[in-house]
Amino acid sequence: MGYPHKSHPRETPILSKHFGEPEARTLEGWKARGGYKALAQALHMEPVAIQEIVKASGLRGRGGAGFPTGLKWSFMKIGDGKPHYLCANADESEPGTFKDREIMRWTPHALIEGCAIAAHAIGAETAYIYIRGEFTEPINVMEAALVEARAAGIIGKNAMGSGRRVDVWVHKGAGAYICGEETALMNSLEGKRGNPRIKPPFPAVSGLFGMPTTINNVETLAAVPHILNNGAEWYKAMCLSNPKSTGSKLYSVCGNVAKPGNYEVVMGFSFKEFLYDLCGGPLPGRKFKALIPGGSSVPTITIEEAEATIMDYEGFVAQGTMLGSGGVIVFDDAQSMPRQLARIARFYAHESCAQCTQCREGTAWMTKILERIVAGEGTFEDLDTIFDLSEAMTGKTICVLSDSCGAPVVSGITKFRGEFEALIKGRRSSTVAVGAR
Amino acid sequence: MSHGPSAPGVAASAHAHDAPYEPVFTPGSARSKELADLITRYPDKRAALLPALWMVQNDRGWISEAAMMEVGDQLGCTAAYVKGVVTFYTMYHQHPVGKHFIQVCTTSPCLCAGADKVVEAFLEHTGCKELGLTSADGRYTVIEVECLGACGFATPVQINEDYVENVTPEKVPEILAGLP
Repeated sequence: MGYPHKSHPRETPILSKHFGEPEARTLEGWKARGGYKALAQALHMEPVAIQEIVKASGLRGRGGAGFPTGLKWSFMKIGDGKPHYLCANADESEPGTFKDREIMRWTPHALIEGCAIAAHAIGAETAYIYIRGEFTEPINVMEAALVEARAAGIIGKNAMGSGRRVDVWVHKGAGAYICGEETALMNSLEGKRGNPRIKPPFPAVSGLFGMPTTINNVETLAAVPHILNNGAEWYKAMCLSNPKSTGSKLYSVCGNVAKPGNYEVVMGFSFKEFLYDLCGGPLPGRKFKALIPGGSSVPTITIEEAEATIMDYEGFVAQGTMLGSGGVIVFDDAQSMPRQLARIARFYAHESCAQCTQCREGTAWMTKILERIVAGEGTFEDLDTIFDLSEAMTGKTICVLSDSCGAPVVSGITKFRGEFEALIKGRRSSTVAVGAR
Repeated sequence: MSHGPSAPGVAASAHAHDAPYEPVFTPGSARSKELADLITRYPDKRAALLPALWMVQNDRGWISEAAMMEVGDQLGCTAAYVKGVVTFYTMYHQHPVGKHFIQVCTTSPCLCAGADKVVEAFLEHTGCKELGLTSADGRYTVIEVECLGACGFATPVQINEDYVENVTPEKVPEILAGLP
């Protein structure tokens, strides 16, 4: 469903099928929609068998990195005698992204079921759903659904009578974008500052409380029950282009577009059709100019590049950007790219955890330069400085927040250099004018 | 906010402008039991730190230094450790705020929709002179917030717990009039 709009016939609503239906939030309503059949089946399967089905489906992480989910699960050594943990990453804070919020507030049991299946598949008895603190409504909906699921014995010490223990708890964050980074999330859950950790060790070896841990995005987990119900082949068949990208994907569309909202399409869909047909095209009298298609951390592309894009992991890479979280930010011809990119840089400067020098200093410096240019006080050398700076900020820090600041900015300057130069030249001409008086 | 008598063992002097501090987790209280239950969900009780701080902020409106001491005592860590955590996260108030804490999202997608004008409208109609200040009547504090994760409903504004979506400058007076 193109929530909050009516579903478009070209969508493939699987995760979003019940968005907007209040009854789907209740246990009874969810069971009436086929809920918890997959979990009942999974609890009587060997963990490795579940991993194999998910591997065969081709499901890849929907949080941004696109790592194969079944493979990630297989890194967990079943029977090593240690407690294992699952974390559901519901810290959705990537600018442009608002899909997990809808999954949680409309279909909380889909996430609970996905968590319980995944927990069993990785040999964990406990799953924590880490939800950003601002998401009060999704937290309340999730808590209410968990109370129902616990009371019905679906989760708990004897999940669905299987003799297996599966506990699922909500953990509320307190405002920090960086806690969506998986190691920062674990630190935050442990009651620490949300600083990312150096890897290795990777979470599957030493994660939450020092124990083997898997972190999956909400959308990834919500897809798992469907895969178990319908089979890996069914999921794999949802692919119009590259076989490495399978299934349906929720895209959050926002910015200067006629119908902002969430849209679910199969992998390999045409971005041109998506933007002009499903999302209703630009606002009246406007034209699309640029997009940041995977949440604000990925490179900026022009509308011409977007129109040539195939919507899957490889298709976005082919246009020099990334699918990321699927948060599509659209800018039309009335927007100033320097102003928008300065605002994005400010976001990263605000959210830097400040552990690494390149990030702490770099994000703030880049913001300062961009805001100077926007204010009409920039120089041509400033553009060179930004390129140098971005290079020093990329691939040199504990996590990728620093890289994420440079990616949309540098690509944006490269593709819309004229707008930056006009602001800089404007400064020079006004200086001349003042001098001439 | 009402304040009872100073509790033994908790230094009221820790925060001059919130003199006697009334503990949240007194033995036998509902909050104390809630915290004890919560701790059982984790192998390390320190993991209950963020939830414990939420309880304090919910009951007291903000987190004072005395509160940090109390929470530290409950979870076996120092007040300095707790302060390090409190200051990392943007949602914990280290000072009292207005009755209605208004957070306007101004990150990129919302800026496209004119969120800067929404901020101006809130500042004007609440009488808050600048971002972060509380209005003279104590009713409002307005701040800008980074991405609220509701970009398709620009501009979202969070007022205390609740999101108000699709806010435009014109809607601001009506929204304020509807607050208790």
